[in-house]
Amino acid sequence: MLRHPVSTQNRGNNIDLPEVFARWFASRGWTPREHQLELLAKARAGRSALLIAPTGAGKTLAGFLPSLIELSERDGSRTDAAQRWPAPARLMDGARAGLSAGGLHTLYISPLKALAVDIARNLERPVAEMALPIRIETRTGDTPAARRQRQRRDPPDILLTTPEQLALLLASPDGPFLFAGLRRVVLDELHSIVTAKRGDLLSLGLARLFRMAPRLTTIGLSATVADPDDLCRFLVPQPAGSEARADLVVFSGGAAPQVTMLEPGEDLPWAGHSARHAFADIYRLIRAHRTTLVFVNTRSQAEMIFHELWRMNDDNLAIALHHGSLDVGQRRRVEAAMAEGRLAAVVCTSSLDLGVDWGDIDLVINVGAPKGASRLLQRIGRANHRLDEPSRGVLIPANRFEVLECTAAIEAVAANAQDTPPLRTGALDVLAQHVLGCACGEPFRADDLFAEVITAAPYAGLTRADFDAVVDFVATGGYALKSYERFAKIRLGPDGRWRITHPRVAQRYRLNVGTIVEADMLKVRLVRSRAGQHGYSGTIARGGRLLGEVEEYFIETLVPGDTFVFAGEILKYEALVEDEVYVSRTSATEPKVPAYEGGKFPLSTYLAGRVRRLLSDSHHWAPLPDTVREWLTIQQWRSRLPQPGELLVETFPHASRHYLVCYPFEGRLAHQTLGMLLTRRLERARLRPLGFVATEYALAAWAIGDAGAAIARGELSLAALFDEDMLGDDLEAWLAESALMKRTFRNCAIIAGLIERRFPGEEKSRRQVTVSTDLVYDVLRRHQPEHILLRAARADAATGLLDVRRLGEALSRIKGRIIHNHLDRVSPLAVPVMLEIGREMVYGEASDELLRQAAEELVKEAMG
Amino acid sequence: MKGAALRATDADRVELDGLCTEASLEGASLVLDPAGALYWPQERALVVADLHLEKGSSFAARGVLLPPFDTAATLARLKSVIMRYAPRLIIALGDSFHDGRGPARLAPGDRAALLGLQQSRDWLWIAGNHDPGCAEGIGGRFAARIALGGITFQHEPAPQLQGVIAGHLHPMARLNVRGRGISRRCFVSDGRSLVLPAFGAYAGGLNVRHRAFAHLFGTGFIAHLLGQHRLYAVAGARCLPD
Repeated sequence: MLRHPVSTQNRGNNIDLPEVFARWFASRGWTPREHQLELLAKARAGRSALLIAPTGAGKTLAGFLPSLIELSERDGSRTDAAQRWPAPARLMDGARAGLSAGGLHTLYISPLKALAVDIARNLERPVAEMALPIRIETRTGDTPAARRQRQRRDPPDILLTTPEQLALLLASPDGPFLFAGLRRVVLDELHSIVTAKRGDLLSLGLARLFRMAPRLTTIGLSATVADPDDLCRFLVPQPAGSEARADLVVFSGGAAPQVTMLEPGEDLPWAGHSARHAFADIYRLIRAHRTTLVFVNTRSQAEMIFHELWRMNDDNLAIALHHGSLDVGQRRRVEAAMAEGRLAAVVCTSSLDLGVDWGDIDLVINVGAPKGASRLLQRIGRANHRLDEPSRGVLIPANRFEVLECTAAIEAVAANAQDTPPLRTGALDVLAQHVLGCACGEPFRADDLFAEVITAAPYAGLTRADFDAVVDFVATGGYALKSYERFAKIRLGPDGRWRITHPRVAQRYRLNVGTIVEADMLKVRLVRSRAGQHGYSGTIARGGRLLGEVEEYFIETLVPGDTFVFAGEILKYEALVEDEVYVSRTSATEPKVPAYEGGKFPLSTYLAGRVRRLLSDSHHWAPLPDTVREWLTIQQWRSRLPQPGELLVETFPHASRHYLVCYPFEGRLAHQTLGMLLTRRLERARLRPLGFVATEYALAAWAIGDAGAAIARGELSLAALFDEDMLGDDLEAWLAESALMKRTFRNCAIIAGLIERRFPGEEKSRRQVTVSTDLVYDVLRRHQPEHILLRAARADAATGLLDVRRLGEALSRIKGRIIHNHLDRVSPLAVPVMLEIGREMVYGEASDELLRQAAEELVKEAMG
Repeated sequence: MKGAALRATDADRVELDGLCTEASLEGASLVLDPAGALYWPQERALVVADLHLEKGSSFAARGVLLPPFDTAATLARLKSVIMRYAPRLIIALGDSFHDGRGPARLAPGDRAALLGLQQSRDWLWIAGNHDPGCAEGIGGRFAARIALGGITFQHEPAPQLQGVIAGHLHPMARLNVRGRGISRRCFVSDGRSLVLPAFGAYAGGLNVRHRAFAHLFGTGFIAHLLGQHRLYAVAGARCLPD
């Protein structure tokens, strides 16, 4: 990370480095870079600042340089060993002495604990070489309890940690003592933290630090974003009624990345995400480079490609696999091997989007849809951490629509366009967690805490009523029925301060801190296969090798005997025993369950817009391969190319069903929601819909009734079918039973502290003392629909798994601009989404209908 | 729920229009209601199991502040079933309260609603493992079990016993239909004995493929899954394990 590129000229910046630093730079043959000095100048002037720079620009050194210099110049630097390591007997005295000599000076916060550990290692080198009297330590979930205890009493000069650990420190009674003298917070990878609830939690922690440490300033380090202003506001306290911003320092220069698309051949698929047609090309590219990162969008894709690359690996190239579900030890081994340059390629998911310097990567391959311009740029930036050489990236489209998306992405990269999302509105469930944390730290006055919370940029618009509702929730659950006063977690004392009612409350808070709610994961263990029988009651040899973890909901779709790809091989599902999935090796060559779960990230609105423009005008088709041009030309001739701003709806019969296909280009999540709502309306119109399937670009619904004919006869109005009012009652009715909504509610309930996290190993004992959040959701929805947790869940649904907001914007945009084409057969543009039927999960009506079918099948089976 | 579709016309006859399922046990003909209750027309007895009233406040006492509306929700559903059948006897098959102090925690409104349901009919609290003793202020009579016309009603089912109707296990069945997993509470019966689904709003479920059911029924049982308006019968062997 502290690898320092040989500098270009330092163009007359007047900031002088202290001599010891100047000598150190010179000894390494370096000159300080302009942005490093500029950031130093901001720090000296007592200003907070945001540095935007690509990887390889010496960003981390820039972030730490001001602190290293200040600490080296500090009066009474702590060089006395006795002072640095106080005897336990005079712990508090010693720590206070330490405080007078400095105390904790700089806090560094990273989204990854591996990054914190790596940065600490890298910082130790300049500190040692300059013999600076600076103590640097990390604090993560892995730090031993004894050291964490000691760090609170006798803090280092620089502490490197994560947002969750910061929340824990703030919730301890030592917080005020620990942070009173804090001078700087360095926030790394800020662009990545602020997009999720973790950023909300961090913003609240930051607001608290600003109050505890009056002389505090911040430095944010970020990749390029669409709106740096958002991050500049995040970094400083927001005054009531107006806005404040940190200063902005932007690194300019560096070679532009070179991104190309692998020219697809005649065999380019119409649909699917496997990119099977390109495996041989990927292998060739890997062979021709030193180290290649192969990014894919989903875990199952990573598994598949890894598996196939090894099948053709005649050269025995060192190709490794990395994704978030693999065993941690396994992942660390891959990372270490990569840093040492021992790997030819790593097939990975977003698990490697962020992180430490992975050595000499000279090529990044992105398989499948890039999804967003900024996302792609950041991935490609992982290649060649040297500024004078361009990063090289190759995009591999897996189907025809992805060719359009890759082409649009390459144009976006050339234009240096960014599409990172705007700053979040702070979530209420996260606020609830923070309020409880504050009470665990020290008793608080509601007025003071509210004033503090609204200085955090994501919460600047929070109303006092919502804040009070959150405090009420934390205290007694916030229910209209005031029956839990005696069970309160926090209570208002006669001194006007809220305090926790029992030390147990603080203990529980500490176990449940954080905003990352993992999907319930099950361990995957390799066992010997049993012949024949399946089910719960059989005995299986226990204690096989642990392969990693898989989401519970994936296993729920499997039947014992099904085969799927995991950890690089094809496995057979044997049984679920407590929280472990037992699998065995199998001789099958094709997995039965394709298990494509679309990536977490939907297509960005910006990139979708570019794809639409590209598609709509044949003058832009020059860069497209022949097969794709031909496809679009026939579409133009047979139906129509969707124009920007309009919604094309095609209806046609196919295989004794009637289809309705539309092309909103709003991403799979918004399309799924649209599909759910649209089928309800088709049901009401007595068209008897049977199901639908959604892709990033299109939605196809099929029915027994003929929607096209109904439109032609004037019995069905497309304007009414796609009216915004579907987001009213229809949405509410669907949310009542939506599994996605229930999952969203569960996450909010855990973050807000209503129910507790499940910990591995506790599953069995806890099952008896837990209550299903689905049942809680049903009851709460009926009895208190405006409860704060339901509001939090609805806010999440607007942007998360249901993407309701994007759908709403789209529906309002296309009003009066719906074009209907009634065709006699499937259109070329509809083929990709039609091919997803049977491959993607098919959504149907309420599950009662499915139950009826299952019962009928059973009858047939019994009578046949 | 189309409540009027099914009503008690007299003590012995109930008209069915396909919403409910008829089951028989020891020669008695029983009605399984999709709300999760069992009605025995001949005795005009309505049976519900595992109400787990005051489960929310039981959790709250331990620091998990679940919404306190579960008792009201459970009683409201029970009321609608009672209105449909107008039984002369109600049997609550144990675990009616989530814990022994549950009756004391009842909110005044909920207590009044419960006592209101008992007007002009008999109410029998069968002892469960969560609520083994008698309690004050909740009306009704208390018993460990009761035998009625050859059928024994008790909280816990027991293997090798003929004619037992019980609760305790909270049966839930899981199916995979066209790639979608569906889980529902259900009745379980092999024609010799029968287990009711839990009726309580916060009561969880135990998969019918769990060994506890194999222990009782072997593999030859039918699960009657609760749908919105009707029951769906599925052979136990066709239900999925967890």
